[in-house]
Amino acid sequence: MTSTKVLHEYVERLKAANPAWVADLKDTYGEVTVIVPRESIADVCQFLKAENGFDMLADLNGADRGPEEDPRFEVVYHLFSTKHFNRLRLKVLLSEDDPHVLTVTSVWKTANWHERETFDMFGVIFDGHPDLRRILLPSDFDGHALRKDYPLRGYEPYSLT
Amino acid sequence: MSVAVENIPSKFEVLDQALESQMTLSMGPQHPSTHGVLRLELQLDGELVIKAVPDIGYLHTGMEKLFEYKKYQQGIVITDRMDYLNPLGNNLAYVMAAEKLLNLEIPERAQIIRVLFCELQRIASHMVWLGTHALDIGAMSPFFYAFRQREKILNLIEAASGGRMTPSYFRIGGLMMDLPAGFERRCKQFLEDFPDALDQFETLVSGNTIWQSRTKGIGVITAEEAIEWGLTGPCLRGSGVSLDLRRDNPYSGYETYDFEVPVEPDGDVWARFRVRMRELYESYKIVVQALERLKPGPIKADAPKVVLPDRDDMRKHMDSLIHHFLIVAEGFNVPEGEVYHAIEGSKGELGCYLRSNGGPKPDRVHFRGPSFINLQALPVMSEGEMVADVVAIIGSLDIVLGEIDR
Repeated sequence: MTSTKVLHEYVERLKAANPAWVADLKDTYGEVTVIVPRESIADVCQFLKAENGFDMLADLNGADRGPEEDPRFEVVYHLFSTKHFNRLRLKVLLSEDDPHVLTVTSVWKTANWHERETFDMFGVIFDGHPDLRRILLPSDFDGHALRKDYPLRGYEPYSLT
Repeated sequence: MSVAVENIPSKFEVLDQALESQMTLSMGPQHPSTHGVLRLELQLDGELVIKAVPDIGYLHTGMEKLFEYKKYQQGIVITDRMDYLNPLGNNLAYVMAAEKLLNLEIPERAQIIRVLFCELQRIASHMVWLGTHALDIGAMSPFFYAFRQREKILNLIEAASGGRMTPSYFRIGGLMMDLPAGFERRCKQFLEDFPDALDQFETLVSGNTIWQSRTKGIGVITAEEAIEWGLTGPCLRGSGVSLDLRRDNPYSGYETYDFEVPVEPDGDVWARFRVRMRELYESYKIVVQALERLKPGPIKADAPKVVLPDRDDMRKHMDSLIHHFLIVAEGFNVPEGEVYHAIEGSKGELGCYLRSNGGPKPDRVHFRGPSFINLQALPVMSEGEMVADVVAIIGSLDIVLGEIDR
């Protein structure tokens, strides 16, 4: 992970395919982050998977920038290739009022549980997900635990009864 | 002695029709073969599994939330408790992610010791897998032989770090402390016996015909499906995909070691078993090489604001004392940014997504637990198999619920 020149080539290909796909680009700590408009995330993933060899979704997770920020939520996709072993990070920014993003379960099946976890922890809604329900927390849990405004110990002691 | 037929009460009516052949079985969360608190809902037709739905979260303790309230160095302790069979691997993923943000240069001796311990830990983790996997399928004695070897490794880890299951040995910028006197001799003692023990496992388990018939052709997943489901580690290599981050995305100097990446093409339980058995030998080879390379030298990076000073320095130098106080009381600030660092854990790609907002506590920590993703493919492997084979398939995935639920 010394040079990010290779990674920038993929970004160039993305731009060539559709300039609207790359909203912003960051190159930090030897890792390249592409900020993608939320309506085109599934298309971008499909393009990178089908034509650029990023055949594995290594990780998908959410992040909360804090209740005063706008856009508040981030959904972070870590793409990996089992052929050329490069990693690329995609990111979608979402506002608190409308935390909807298209699912990528149609691109990688592994996104299923990742998206359920992100929904569980942040309340991000993945449109088109086949089975969007809580995964780690109980189904009657109130709130989304990893949001910054959710207190560390919860609102009240949780009881199983 | 004849019984009059008309005396039988009417509620014992004889049913002359087929019973419902389908049933839903809830397996776990306390079932010993689910390796923790995994619950499976199985839709069965006779003994055939039609549908399997894993239900997880019984061990959820909000670790990713807790990270945000702890200083960077306190987070290391939390990582120990995720995959409790591979704590040093978790330490390494977290610590290396933080070091990437801090841009620290790790001394060579520390890197070699890290590799040494990661491979010892991998052997220990595979020993637990082998023992419990065999126990699930019905072979009891491999469990004792495997745990005997694991015990020796845990003693080595204890000698170095003071902890057996929760060592927290790797610190941001290096190691907790140098190896104790006589460690190399003890490690060599273990290494002398280990190849014989491996042979013993081969004769005990691999050559066993019952074992082979329980594992061959069971729980097949193809290479394309395995990539699609995000499988990594031995599960992916058991499907014929040669991917090992130690070789393909090297870290900690793994590129300088001579080892092979075992691959088996079949994608069944047997293939995953063979990959892990062969990996044990490769890990042994790496440990031997690492031991040979050990030379005296510093074990902590030259970053006084991040790395705790030596006790001796604190008695002599005022600035060391100040740095120690500040690191312990206030922590150290980490530059703003986000990194994802992935290592090859004992179960697959162990990734740590670390995000800093410039303060002494992380903004967001996310662990890509390989067990979490590998378990997701369980329905694909087990649908269409017998219910008894589900136990074998869970064993071959080598899951740890502490990492799945976090």
